[in-house]
Amino acid sequence: MRRFLSLALLCFLLLGITLTAQAQSTDAASNPTNDAAALELLEALDVESYTAKGEAITAILQSDDERARDWLQALLDGRLQRTDNGRFVLVLENRGRDWPVADVLTGEALGEMSRRDLERVGINNNLRNQLRSAIAVVDLYSPNVERRRTSAERLLGEVDGELVQPINDLIEQEEDDQVRYRLTQAVAIYRAEAGEMAGVEALDGSLHPRSRVALSRAVNGDDPVIANAAAASLAGIEQQLKINRGLETLYFGLSLGSVLVLAAIGLAITFGVMGVINMAHGELMMLGAYTTWAMQQLLPGQPGLALILSIPAGFMVAALAGVAIERGVIQFLKGRPLETLLATFGISLILQQLVRTVISPLNRTVITPEWMSGSLVVNDALSLTLNRMYVLGFALVVFAGLMLIMRRTRLGLEVRAVTQNRAMARSMGIRATRVDIMTFALGSGVAGLAGVALSQLTNVGPNLGQNYIIDSFMVVVFGGVGNLWGTLVAGLSLGVINQVLEPWAGAVLAKIIVLVFIILFIQKRPRGLFPQKGRAAEG
Amino acid sequence: MSLTTESSTNFWLTRPFSERSTQIFLGVLLAALALVTILHVVVPPSNPLHVGAYTVNLFGKYLSYALLAVAVDLVWGYLGILSLGHGAFFAIGGYAMGMYLMRQIGERGTYGHPVLPDFMVFLNWDSLPWYWLGFDMAWFAFAMVLIAPGLLALVFGFLAFRSRVTGVYLSIITQALTFALMLAFFRNEMGFGGNNGLTDFRELLGYNLRSNDTRLGLFLATGVALGLGYILCRAIVTSKLGRVSIATRDAEARTRFLGYRVERFQLFVFVVSAMLAGLAGALYVPQVGIINPSEFSPIFSIEIVLWVALGGRATLYGAVIGAILVNYAKTIFTGVMPDAWLFALGAMFVLVTVFLPKGVAGLFHYLKRRKRDDTANNDPNADPTSKEASA
Repeated sequence: MRRFLSLALLCFLLLGITLTAQAQSTDAASNPTNDAAALELLEALDVESYTAKGEAITAILQSDDERARDWLQALLDGRLQRTDNGRFVLVLENRGRDWPVADVLTGEALGEMSRRDLERVGINNNLRNQLRSAIAVVDLYSPNVERRRTSAERLLGEVDGELVQPINDLIEQEEDDQVRYRLTQAVAIYRAEAGEMAGVEALDGSLHPRSRVALSRAVNGDDPVIANAAAASLAGIEQQLKINRGLETLYFGLSLGSVLVLAAIGLAITFGVMGVINMAHGELMMLGAYTTWAMQQLLPGQPGLALILSIPAGFMVAALAGVAIERGVIQFLKGRPLETLLATFGISLILQQLVRTVISPLNRTVITPEWMSGSLVVNDALSLTLNRMYVLGFALVVFAGLMLIMRRTRLGLEVRAVTQNRAMARSMGIRATRVDIMTFALGSGVAGLAGVALSQLTNVGPNLGQNYIIDSFMVVVFGGVGNLWGTLVAGLSLGVINQVLEPWAGAVLAKIIVLVFIILFIQKRPRGLFPQKGRAAEG
Repeated sequence: MSLTTESSTNFWLTRPFSERSTQIFLGVLLAALALVTILHVVVPPSNPLHVGAYTVNLFGKYLSYALLAVAVDLVWGYLGILSLGHGAFFAIGGYAMGMYLMRQIGERGTYGHPVLPDFMVFLNWDSLPWYWLGFDMAWFAFAMVLIAPGLLALVFGFLAFRSRVTGVYLSIITQALTFALMLAFFRNEMGFGGNNGLTDFRELLGYNLRSNDTRLGLFLATGVALGLGYILCRAIVTSKLGRVSIATRDAEARTRFLGYRVERFQLFVFVVSAMLAGLAGALYVPQVGIINPSEFSPIFSIEIVLWVALGGRATLYGAVIGAILVNYAKTIFTGVMPDAWLFALGAMFVLVTVFLPKGVAGLFHYLKRRKRDDTANNDPNADPTSKEASA
């Protein structure tokens, strides 16, 4: 691999600045003279001998043709083919019987051709290696920054003595910081492995796994001074990595916690006000998630817009379903919390089966919009996935919104009054039934929002809600009823505890430990972390 | 009537025999057992009245569910604790029985290992885990059927009742318990066969489990166990202890203020109920031939509660009726239109809680009272005391 790399890079060195300048000019001018030369280069590829083909590849590399990379890539993928009448074409998709093809020189689409009329320009493993390395370095000269970045990253640990000088030259010309940093690292890795002090020093604090390999090789080197320095940097890096791993666990924990908070907070409201456990809460979440899916079906090609629209839509759908449940069933079961639990469980079964029958028992795919996918790369050891970050932010916004409703609106005031003392609130003129309906709508709506958020993290299927219902109850029990802060703290901390336990206990065992922990916890504090104080506590 | 009451009140365990409802229940149960036996053994298979081995097996399964429902009714109906985790005790009893049955397979397993069950050989284990020791002995395994669920209930109940966890909190915690156990038993490392559970049983106490006679025997044994369990529960609820537990159900704080250590009564009844559930599980497993973690699933436990609610809470016989009715419906539904079963089940939950809070048994009472009221109205000369006597 290295040999090819250096070979390829040296070729470029010969061409020097001219090529770089040429490559950075974006217009791919294809003039007749150029095409004639290019055709000659390609003709050279179609020979029997693999040695001759290798030389032809080198020739293509040395040519200053802008399209060289595409040719080589196509050659590597076996998509560079020749028609019966000797024309070179690029196969765009080699599936089925007729393949769409394009002209190699002009890039113009030529329609479909039968596979029988095409003949592939064959290569062997040696050539394949040569091509891969060549393509790797070719990208370093690409005008596209992204390509240069990936190419530079691929160079880590692949540098050898002959490459150091050319790369150093490249570093000086490079404008992008990231590419420059990677190339410096690549050289440093080579130097550290060769036992040079400069390399070890340059690698200090680098979190890339390849750097660690280089440093641990340097530790075993002959020179005690360098070995010590390498060992010191290595220890520092390990320390850094540990911190980063801790941060990552914390992030995942908070992300899981935010989901739990979203799932539990609606439950906490309804449970707090009405003393009713809504076993169908999970299914209301499921409705929210399916609303997102339906929105995306309605607005094909605009997953982002659909997602944003499904926030109010999911809220409304779940809130309406909640009101229906409250009016249809729960109001007849006043003062019988255990029966309410059973009835709402029945509703959850019906809703689940309804989705299975009407939509599908299989999971539906909800598309993650572009601005939500990908991850935020903090450093080589830590990257935070964006969708989780959005969900975390969303959970906090929902929490803040609910807090505002509870503290600053008339409805919130009435809800708090009914939670604390129903009879007294009623005698003060609060219409408790209306408050019940409003709270149930609010709590259910929040469940719908949770579903919208969940659709971005997990599969949307009929069992979506079931998986969260027990966990959300645990959060409510842990945090204490009727206290939103309690739910927030409990949800986030349970999420973090779960993630901290997972690496050494496994996912299932971690869950069991958390459940046992909660069972033991309510021994000490039967009313949760933040119990209600005053007369309301005697229920 | 009064004479029998006099003579049997001396001993709490015989007291239920003097009750009309118990007499009827036991009579019906015995008659049903006898009828099924006769129809199975005496009536030739060609006769349409003949009850096949499959049906006997099915009835045996229903009876074990009925015993489980009685256990749940004991805690829910008479103690006011809605346990959403009784499936856990049922499953643990079942696993204890399953472990015994696994050990009975011996060298006849697929891998032919003399000691280790197949799944352990498959997992490359070289010896039995400690908790599997002793399960080759029937007496030990049968004792564990009661002890293991009882012990779990003791520890769990002690923790829960001591800190006065009641109401919906307790329900949710019991649900979490069975959920946690389900997750745990799904793990292969637990040594209970993981996902597949324990199956491929061959014989129980030397009787081939696949023979029709054994199936009939198991059916009868389950029927007897149900009868005995019923009498035990009846005895408990009619005893002084039972009255305290009913008082706890209706007004826990008041009972405590009267000087009763409420948590002890709760704990006792809870443990007895768990043991009965374990027994039911142990009788269930040889009849269905498999035990796996799905018995721990929260939905199963909550279904048991529906049986009780449908049949009528705090009657015990209602629990039996409910268990048999719902499971019969399930058998029919899942055979004819499997998709509709969950709709039916969900609708049952809603309808029973909203329209039939006292269940089928409550319906009986209502009809009986109406009839009585009708006769009283039609016959103004009737002596009001005779009405009391007939009741």
